[in-house]
This record gives sequence, C-alpha cells and structure tokens, in this order.
Amino acid sequence: MKRTETERKSSATTAAAKVPLRLKTIVGHPEAILPTARRAEAAAATADTRHTWLPQWRVYSVSMAVCIILLAVPGVMERARAADGQAIAANGNGRDAPACSACHGEHGEGQPSAAFPRLAGLDSGYLVGQLDAFTQGSRDNDTMAPIAKALSTDERQAVATFYAGLDAAKIEEPKKPDEKAVAIGRSLADRGDWSTQLPGCGACHGAAGQGVGKTFPKLAGQSAEYLASQLKAWKDGKRTDDPLHLMTGIASKLSDDQLIAVAAYYASLPVVAAAPTTPQGSKP
Amino acid sequence: MSDYTPNPRLWVAGVLFAGLAGFIGYTLPRNNSAGNVEPVAENVEPVAAKPDQPTPIEVAENSKENSKENSKENFKEDSKENPKSVFSPPPEDEIPKNEFGDMVRLGEKIFHDTQGHAKEFVGNSLVCSNCHLDSGRLANAGPLWAAYVLYPAYRAKNGHVNSFQERLQGCFLYSMNGKAPAADDKVLVALESYAYFLARGAPTGVQLPGRGYPKLAKPAKFDYDHGQQVYAAKCAVCHGADGLGQSAADRQIVFPPLWGAHSFNWGAGMSSIDNAAGFIKANMPLSQGNTLTDEEAWDVAAYIDSQERPQDPRFNGSVAETRKLHHDSPMNMYGQTVNGIVLGQNSPAAGPPP
Repeated sequence: MKRTETERKSSATTAAAKVPLRLKTIVGHPEAILPTARRAEAAAATADTRHTWLPQWRVYSVSMAVCIILLAVPGVMERARAADGQAIAANGNGRDAPACSACHGEHGEGQPSAAFPRLAGLDSGYLVGQLDAFTQGSRDNDTMAPIAKALSTDERQAVATFYAGLDAAKIEEPKKPDEKAVAIGRSLADRGDWSTQLPGCGACHGAAGQGVGKTFPKLAGQSAEYLASQLKAWKDGKRTDDPLHLMTGIASKLSDDQLIAVAAYYASLPVVAAAPTTPQGSKP
Repeated sequence: MSDYTPNPRLWVAGVLFAGLAGFIGYTLPRNNSAGNVEPVAENVEPVAAKPDQPTPIEVAENSKENSKENSKENFKEDSKENPKSVFSPPPEDEIPKNEFGDMVRLGEKIFHDTQGHAKEFVGNSLVCSNCHLDSGRLANAGPLWAAYVLYPAYRAKNGHVNSFQERLQGCFLYSMNGKAPAADDKVLVALESYAYFLARGAPTGVQLPGRGYPKLAKPAKFDYDHGQQVYAAKCAVCHGADGLGQSAADRQIVFPPLWGAHSFNWGAGMSSIDNAAGFIKANMPLSQGNTLTDEEAWDVAAYIDSQERPQDPRFNGSVAETRKLHHDSPMNMYGQTVNGIVLGQNSPAAGPPP
C-alpha cells in the first residue's frame, strides 16, 4: 500500500511537471522534439539566438522536473509512513494486530478507567522500545505481546512516530484523586526518600515529569492506574527492560501505598508542562 | 535426676548471655536511619598497577598525600569515624514560620533550582543539588550541615582563613562557573541561613561523619580506557555518551553535563579525581550508590576529569604556570596531555557568557 501510494504520487508529480513542458515544446518550438544532432544542425542553420538556447531550455526543464521529483519523494514517503501509522492505529495492520485506538483511544489519549496508557506525545524511541520489549518478553504483558509481535519493524516505527506526534487532550481520571496521596506522591516525586537511597522521580523524568529522551518516559498526565500497575510490574520483575535496572531498584523501595501516591501525583499533572523553560521564581 | 544440678547455673549464664546480647544489639547503630552511612574504612585495597594495559594516566609515585587541591579543609583526616553518630538535619517542616524561615526556604530553593533563583551568579547548567544530593542533606554527598560547622577555616586553595560565605562564593566561582555573589547578597545570606538551619544541633569545629565525599584508597594508576568503558556502561544512559548531560522534553536540564562548556570549571573541587571518585563511589549511578568497585570509581572519575571544561578563573595566560600554581597534584589533569591534547589549552573562557 505504501509503495503504490508513493508511486502514484511520484508519477502524478512527474506528469504535472512534464505536461506543460511537452505542450510548450510542441506548440512553441517543434524543433525541440527532434533528435539532438538534427536540432543542432537546425540551430546552426538558422543562427537564431532564440533557437540556440532551446536545447538548454529543455535540459533545464527536465532537470527542474527531476529536482522536483527528488524533493517530493521523501515528503511523499514520510506522508506514506505517517499514513501507515495512522492507518494501523485506526484499523490495525490487516494481519493480527488490531486497531491501537480500540484501547488507547482515537487520539492516543488512553483510557484511564481501564489502565490503558496514554500514548499521545510519548517519545517515539521510547514507544518503539516498548513494542520491542513486549516482543522480547522483557515487558511481560499478555495483551500487548501478540500485538507487538504482529507488527513489523517498520510498522512499529510508524505507529510510534504517529503517536509521538499527537497532542490529545487529557482524559479525566475515573476517581477524584485523594489529595493526601497526591501530596505524598509529590514529595516522593520531587525529593524522594534518601533514607533508602530513593531519588525523586524528577531526578530522571524531569521536574515536571516531561520525560527525557527514549529512556525516561513522560509521566505527566499519564493514567494513575497504569502508572501504579507499571511500578508494581517493575517491583514484581515483570518489566526488566530498564537500563542498569534502575526502575527495578526504585520500585522495590516503594511501598504499595507510596507507589499509588506517586501514580496519583503524576496523573494529576497537566500533560504539557506549564513553564517551557526554567521555572519562574522570586529573583533575589 | 541429680544430673540436672548444674543446670540452673547454665540457665543463669544463658539468660545473662542472651540479655547481654540483646542489650548490645539494642545499642548498635541503626544504619538505615540516615541513608548511606557506609564506613569509609571499607575501601582499602589499593588498585594494583597493570603494566600490560594501556594506562595513559599515571599517578605520580610520590603522590602528595595532601596536595593543595586535596587539603580543602585544615582538619586532619580522622579515619576513626564513628558510624553511630551520623548527624541528621532537622526536617523541612521545622523551618520556622518567620523572616528567618523565609530566608531558609529561599536558600533551599536556590539549592535545587539555582538557575531559577540565583541566575546572575551561574554560568553553567548545574544546580547545587547535583553534587550535594537531597538538597544538601545526604551524608557522603557533600552535606551542608557538615560543612557549615567547619568554618571559618584555613584553606590551602587560597592560602587564608575563609568564612563560610567565602566558601560559598567559591562554589559559584568554580563549581557553578559563575560570579561570586557579594558577602551581603541575599543569595549568600539565604544559602548560609539554609546551611545554618540544617546544622541545627551539630557540634561546631568537629569533622562529622559523612562530611564531603568518602576518601578512597589511592590507586597506583588510573586506567583511562577502563574508565571510558565504565562510563559507557554506567553513566552514559543519563549523562549522555558525550558527557554533555540531557534535558527533558520541556528543555529543563535533568542530567547535569559532566564536562564541556556547560559544566563545572577547572577550578572546581569536582575536577580533582579524588573528589569525583569519592562522590561517584558513594552516590552513582543515582539510587545505586556503592555498587561500583573502587577501581571503577577511580577510573571513571579519571576519565571524566580528563575531558575539557571551562577554564580556571585563576588562569594567568599560561596553562603550565596555572597548573603549577593551582593544580600541582596527581589528582588533577589540568595541563596534562591526554589523547594528544593539553587539557586547559583549549578551554572555553571561565565564567558566564558575556
């Protein structure tokens, strides 16, 4: 599907570029369609400047058309890929991978009530990494493993790119967060608990939980139930794809109440950080 | 039956023994109460020289035990630290609700958001709490409470008795690669108030256990290549393969740069390999302190401190002379040639960009 669409678009571009050229050549300068040698002869014979630049004009036109095609192809392919990701997200890949949107929402907003995580705006490298981890079993998940396995490498990249580029509104949590838990969670997120060598979550995920690169995912605005389930999964050894086993160590230091509190805190945060640069503060 | 006659004595002895054991157990320190309190004495065996491996960095044979950079404070190294008495600073909610408390809270804010609250004195991407973990509370991670009670003190680094304020100014000048706030500047007053609050109840003039970073037994050599391997395996995931740190999606700096134009400069304490090794051993990777071997900590510290960083603010135009004056120690790579480059020769200028 990708290829046919690319070809169709490419040939359309070529045709568009060529049509006026051919028309012009035939209508204005019939000599231009003659073989080169004869054209040269004709040009020499007439000794008309208008005619000597004709072959050059044609060379320019053709190279322009080639350039336009070359410039257009990557864009078309990119669109084909995005369309691919979008198509898989909306309809599945036509083999064993069902539509992602069935659980993760039409715009990747997730379903907090069912602990289906928000995917919109997550780092594409992180998303690909998770699909790979489901395949390899380092992220033990009965639902996602067969789906991830049904996606080709290209398809994984395509859906990851698609979701990374989305900007869906936040879905309300099913339960109103317990303010006390949120406060405990905020303290753990900001400061950690160094009596057990537990750094604040923000030390790696960013002070506003916006995530760093492909390794430290965005937490702000993520489903509370999903976050708690993942912390439990780290703790129980069902997720083992963490570099240096950082999260395994972190989660094992959290009590069940603490991990629920941290999850509630991050779910309560806005999806996009309010202050894009350094936080404002009272200047001394 | 008469066989049982000695039993009461045995019973009495047993009960006494159990009681004594229980009492001793009860009085033993509970280490988990104040975080990482590994006694420094555990790190003893010196790393053997490995003549068959490429070791571009050699520690001079007559390595001066207390070089200028080393003897930061004029206190004798007392290795007989008593792990029982790790000081615990007062909790945050005991900051008084008055003008003084406001100053303490400002100090704490400066500490973990130095960019946001003391921007004009900062010339790099670091914050105080990058090296003073848990906002200056954590033992073996440069705790403020342990530093506060040791000043005023003579420092070989500048050859005179320093007040605590001057010590703080040094942090801004070197570690923050910035400008020193005036002694009466609100930033310094706030930081001093915060340190003073954290040191509440600590004895003055006493080197408290957990002060600074642990001192590791010195190796004969540093192995740059091994350090590079350790870096790639354990550090790069956060600080980046290029050592330049990483920012969050909202551009907030999350992982501090360890070298390059936005890190601490050549005058900072952390540019001394022994300081870096102690910090790394006790605290890195974050949440996994004391998991690296001494050798790994030394070599990775040597690797990090063999990279280019902003110039020493005391630079007098000659790298060789600046080394002789301020970095004449096997623990400092300034002015040394690593991978064909003289460190300090191509350093970005010291201080915040104009």
